[in-house]
Amino acid sequence: MSAVDTGTRTRDVLGASALRPDGIAKVQGTFQFSSDLGGDGVLWGATLRSPHPHARIIRIDVSPAWKIAGVESVITADDVPGQMTYGLIDQDQPVFASDVVRFVGEPIAAVAADHPETCRRALAAIVVEYEVLEPVLDPEAVVAGTAPAIHPNGNVLRHQRILHGDPSVTGDIVVEATYDIGMQDQAFLGLEAALAIPDPGGGGVELHIATQWLHEDRKQIADCLGMAPEQVRLVLAGVGGAFGAREDISLQVHTCLLALRLGRPVRMHYSRAESFLGHVHRHPATIWMRHHATAAGEIVKVEARFVFDGGAYASTSSAVLLNAITHTQGPYRCPNAVVDGWAVRTNHLPCGAMRGFGVVQACFAHESQLDKLAEACGLDPVEIRVRNVMHTGDRMITGQVMQNVAPIERCLRETAALPFPDEPVGGHDGDVMRLPGGAGRTADVGHVYRGIGYAAAMKNLMYSEGFDDYSTARCRLADGVVTLKFATAEVGQGFVTLAPQIARDVLGVDEVVLDRIDTGVGSAGSSSASRQTWMSGGAVNAACIAVRDRLFEHVAARHGVEAASLRIDGIEIVDESGALRLSVADASAGVEFDETREYHHPPTEDLDENGQGNCHTAFAFVAHRAVVDVDPDLGLVKVVQVATAQDVGRVLNPLSVVGQVEGGIAQGLGLAVMEEIVQIDGRIRNASFTDYLLPTMLDMPPVVMSFVEEPEPLAPLGAKGVGEPPTISSTPAIVAAIRDALRQAGREPRLDRVPVRPIDIIGVHERPRT
Amino acid sequence: MTVLVPTSLDEAIAGLAANGGATLLAGGTDLMVEVNEGHRHFPWPDDGATIIALHRVPELATWTYDVPAATVVLGAGVTWATIEQPPLRDLVPALAEAARTVGSPQIRNAGTVGGNLATCSPAGDGLPVLAALDADVTLLSAGGRRTMPVRDFMLGVKRTALQPGELIESITVPVLQGWQGYSKVGVRNAMVIATASACVATDVPSRSIRIALGSVAPTVVRCPVAEQFAVERVDWDALTVDAGDAVEFGRLAAAASRPIDDHRSSAEYRRHAVAVMAQRLLQRAFPGGER
Repeated sequence: MSAVDTGTRTRDVLGASALRPDGIAKVQGTFQFSSDLGGDGVLWGATLRSPHPHARIIRIDVSPAWKIAGVESVITADDVPGQMTYGLIDQDQPVFASDVVRFVGEPIAAVAADHPETCRRALAAIVVEYEVLEPVLDPEAVVAGTAPAIHPNGNVLRHQRILHGDPSVTGDIVVEATYDIGMQDQAFLGLEAALAIPDPGGGGVELHIATQWLHEDRKQIADCLGMAPEQVRLVLAGVGGAFGAREDISLQVHTCLLALRLGRPVRMHYSRAESFLGHVHRHPATIWMRHHATAAGEIVKVEARFVFDGGAYASTSSAVLLNAITHTQGPYRCPNAVVDGWAVRTNHLPCGAMRGFGVVQACFAHESQLDKLAEACGLDPVEIRVRNVMHTGDRMITGQVMQNVAPIERCLRETAALPFPDEPVGGHDGDVMRLPGGAGRTADVGHVYRGIGYAAAMKNLMYSEGFDDYSTARCRLADGVVTLKFATAEVGQGFVTLAPQIARDVLGVDEVVLDRIDTGVGSAGSSSASRQTWMSGGAVNAACIAVRDRLFEHVAARHGVEAASLRIDGIEIVDESGALRLSVADASAGVEFDETREYHHPPTEDLDENGQGNCHTAFAFVAHRAVVDVDPDLGLVKVVQVATAQDVGRVLNPLSVVGQVEGGIAQGLGLAVMEEIVQIDGRIRNASFTDYLLPTMLDMPPVVMSFVEEPEPLAPLGAKGVGEPPTISSTPAIVAAIRDALRQAGREPRLDRVPVRPIDIIGVHERPRT
Repeated sequence: MTVLVPTSLDEAIAGLAANGGATLLAGGTDLMVEVNEGHRHFPWPDDGATIIALHRVPELATWTYDVPAATVVLGAGVTWATIEQPPLRDLVPALAEAARTVGSPQIRNAGTVGGNLATCSPAGDGLPVLAALDADVTLLSAGGRRTMPVRDFMLGVKRTALQPGELIESITVPVLQGWQGYSKVGVRNAMVIATASACVATDVPSRSIRIALGSVAPTVVRCPVAEQFAVERVDWDALTVDAGDAVEFGRLAAAASRPIDDHRSSAEYRRHAVAVMAQRLLQRAFPGGER
């Protein structure tokens, strides 16, 4: 259940609901986010962006900007000293466009000046002459090969198929449909911001930045600056949310370039409107799926075709597509598969990482399919899923064997057993605010139908396809105080809470100091892919154990006992015989142990041309049930409750897990019923929170939850990452509930697109009466 | 930039007279959005622009209930937070319901009814109610005072009859004797711009029914054909309406709308939504009828 007891903690070790060290500062408004960085003499930077989705740059004249008093620097592609392009996988995105612009919002120049208003005037003064070109906006035209190449690397970012088992197999029951997923924004609240401080003499730069992966940023920045990585030092500034949107470079290179040219600190901040242009989004996708099953509802084959619109640059599109197609089957056994996947380049906004990373799109399709299958087989939605659940040891459609704990059946059954809301439509007190339409008072109780929907998901954890996304941590113990150092980006997920819990557990100390998060230690990998608890948790655990081993040796030598006989008991060290008992504080007085460890997950491999290979590291599972009230005549909805049971391995901090689950469901709800970037003719039309709608308190329902704890033997702490699964199957569960409500209203709902819009709900026709 | 902060209505008018092109700032919930989105510039450090901040003018922030005239006179600076609470909520319930849909509590603490009217967005939440209630607006300048129906004040998308040197002093809202209510469709359950909105107001003694629609035309539209139809079809003794007549009322109301397709919705949906809202509002006004 979601009630977490924070009152009975004794020590903040693993399993306790330790509180965030930055929680009070964030609530009180004193936490320093990256946009709060600045100071006297710090110049402001700003970016000139393309107004066209596709155009050739004929001429750039920056001289009028230089004439404005207060302007200190104006830079374009001509001023990039190193590599002209960057990118997480393919370096195909220019630091500044110089010949062609490929999306509305692409950077062309940057200025530094004494005031944001001076920057605005300077940007307005820069003359750019364009030859407007026809934009490529239809992903299917790229797949068909009829669209002109808009980049030297071509328009196909990845094409990958999966062939598994016998493609000729057919089922007694066949269901198929085409699903569309709109472009979702991560919509973090803390906008992009950075402060670059050049070293005296210009031999290096220190960048304070809100990011997800300091070392990857450093590598890309250094390449573009023409510097060695050691010359670029990154410090994590206060991050106000990430959700994938901070994996790619945005203002990092621009800010450093301006600071290095001027020999003065420069800060850049994006506005909300600019943020929509400045980071990648969730891929819009079109997914066709056809499921074959026996009459009893056992899946025998899945066929699918995925087309992901990657927008103008590659970003992580190839990895997102891999995730999508390798999760075609969802958390279900499927012996035969024929899957074709495309990620293509268009002149839309670039797309890349967002919480769920390709699996969100696949899950909406496979879960909608499972409901169709249930209806065709005459089974209820939980039963069809339980009949097909995957188990440890099952072979997936990539040929990879599921090695880890796979309690998907428990997730489904526990979700179904969670209590339903005990209130009727509108609540016991008939509060109109609780009806669909909310404050708009559009509905009365009699207009509303209540539906129930289920969905389940599987999500890979950590990076895939041969990537060694290791993590590093350093632990120092002196005089009973532990200091931890790591480069793990704290983006709100709570690693700054968890790391001290691990140290207290392993070392029997209470006082744990966190060193600054920066590139002064080895890489931690990205705060992505639900991986930091497993990976950085593993590194912190290993470093702490290494220190503990040295402490035990020290104690053993001093007290004449065997090191192997020692263990930590609370805040004390005891030996097997019980004769020796001393506090860790006393044992470590006057000594210092300092150990650094890396944690690597087992290697993975690329897929072959038939999509076969052990490409993923591990998986987590989840199920969701949504109860939704629907006003079929206006097409408005009110999600009443979401229930979920999630495979977490082991709960290390209950309060933190609740936060991830509730937050992830809010994001899944957003995709289900309201969140979508609208682009018309390649231009974003809703780059504000006035028109890009996020769920409010009145939209977000209570969540009832159950943690499925089956400790994962492959995970260093027995815990699986919990960040992404809540987002994934909450969306199809909510849509399934809307369909269920509409059926009760006598409608024949399709709803094969998210977000579900009012027009989609009222557009359905009444079922013919027989 | 010069910012004047008058503390009386006379001072505000004098400041306006001396700076004909001055920008008036009330709650700032529209103006600051325009500034933040770059649609409106007050270039730094100085371009001679003048802003007159009205929030410290006490006359504008007050309201009175004129019992003999059966009107509420709202100072232009009365906030939505005041309007959504009693006693105003009891006098002009539809305006209170509209007030409740304006932004967040923070926005409602700042945003004013006068600002809503002055901005004159097609989606202005209070405007259909003021139009349905036949409210009047009083404009003040150094040259004097003039009063006109709110419906005549609203000329088009963000266009009003306000002349340079004038400010909105007050809005006079008749207090009717009969049910009144407001509905607004948005894609979110709170804090959302209207996709379409509607107000139905009734006055039983005069057997009057009014309906006004928002977000379905350049400015608020009244629907005289629908109003006349409803007046004739309602059973004024039993205060009921037939379900079929309510549906027809909705159809006639929708026929008066002139919606557009935009990134928020489609003309088709907006037309459909006002029909449903009008039908439901009429049935709330005359609940005795069969549904």
